[in-house]
Amino acid sequence: MLGHELARSSRVRPALRKCRSSRGSTKVKLSILVNEGPYTHQASDSAYQFTKAALEKGHEIFRVFFYHDGVNNGTRLTVPPQDDRNVQKNWSELAEKHKLDLVVCIAAAQRRGILDEGEAKRHNKGEGSANIAPGFRISGLGQLIEAGIEADRLVVFGD
Amino acid sequence: MTTLHMVNKSPFEKNAMQSALGHALKGDAVLLFEDGVYGALKGTTVASELGRIAGEVKVYVLGPDLTARGLGGDGRIADSVTVVDYNGFVDLVTTHQRTQAWL
Amino acid sequence: MSNIKKFLYLNRKAPYGSIYALESLEVVLIGAAFDQQVSLAFIDDGVFQLAKGQDTKSLGVKNFSPTFRALGDYGVTKLYVEQESLSERGLTAADLMPITYEDENDGFAEKPSINVVSRSELAGIMREQDVILSF
Repeated sequence: MLGHELARSSRVRPALRKCRSSRGSTKVKLSILVNEGPYTHQASDSAYQFTKAALEKGHEIFRVFFYHDGVNNGTRLTVPPQDDRNVQKNWSELAEKHKLDLVVCIAAAQRRGILDEGEAKRHNKGEGSANIAPGFRISGLGQLIEAGIEADRLVVFGD
Repeated sequence: MTTLHMVNKSPFEKNAMQSALGHALKGDAVLLFEDGVYGALKGTTVASELGRIAGEVKVYVLGPDLTARGLGGDGRIADSVTVVDYNGFVDLVTTHQRTQAWL
Repeated sequence: MSNIKKFLYLNRKAPYGSIYALESLEVVLIGAAFDQQVSLAFIDDGVFQLAKGQDTKSLGVKNFSPTFRALGDYGVTKLYVEQESLSERGLTAADLMPITYEDENDGFAEKPSINVVSRSELAGIMREQDVILSF
């Protein structure tokens, strides 16, 4: 039942060694898990603020993994009111600026209608129905395990 | 090999803070954030639990979450609790060997 | 990925009222393929995930409790259940599903996977972990 996820979890990033900054404080490699969608629970906002602060302090973010309703952070179709923050866009922009690896869980994404080109085609959802936001990619739960293995710390944000 | 326990629930709604404090060991830290910040207030029915572990376990509260909820003023927070910002949050994560989220 | 880490899956939520218990189990099954040291902890309402006699037919959702009994086949053999959490809820170990594994280092003898431990023992187990995943 879970074979497709295993198959997609094979992408392995080279492990980076811990390094020290010029100020001597230890740089740490972090992975982030986001379990809730935007706009209902604060988890995604907290995760974003935390990630931004960690990057500004010079730490490395190995991966941000979105699970459960957290996959809803990764749709390009959100249109929040102009006086509200755009959570999805914030993530996409942070990813572009810092070359972040934003991964949404494939099983959770499929349940909730978050598709990339390949998935949209595979499930015959029609032209243009891929809605994964820029900077995000869809992959298996193995990516979460790998994020736990490769990072020095895994920080979980959820409900 | 200490742990940062992250609590984001009000102790008046869920037992996350009580459970975290019940499992925290000497040298661990607890961060109260999101709705967890209500657990840092002075004069509540749960404030004594913070006092009970003071000295063994350090308790922090996330300032931006306090301020957002109108609790940023002087004297609202129990004396044993330290206010940190997101930079302090990051430091807490990196200076403890693991984080444990009490969702 | 040559380094082996200790992963603890921390379960504090009851099943069916939300998706978290089921999806935690999905991660455990996937994670089993990564040859890490895995254990599961059940505290607070998480102990209800292991209750005997679950039957979801009337709900139209999947009863995932039998999956716990298959964990041994995935090499996941350490399920810690907190005694205090059981007692608070009027439960004893006898109210939980029997979950066993075959110990390949002991002539495939059938052994219980569930270990009922005290809160202080569990706190010690948590401190030995490299990664704690909570849902």
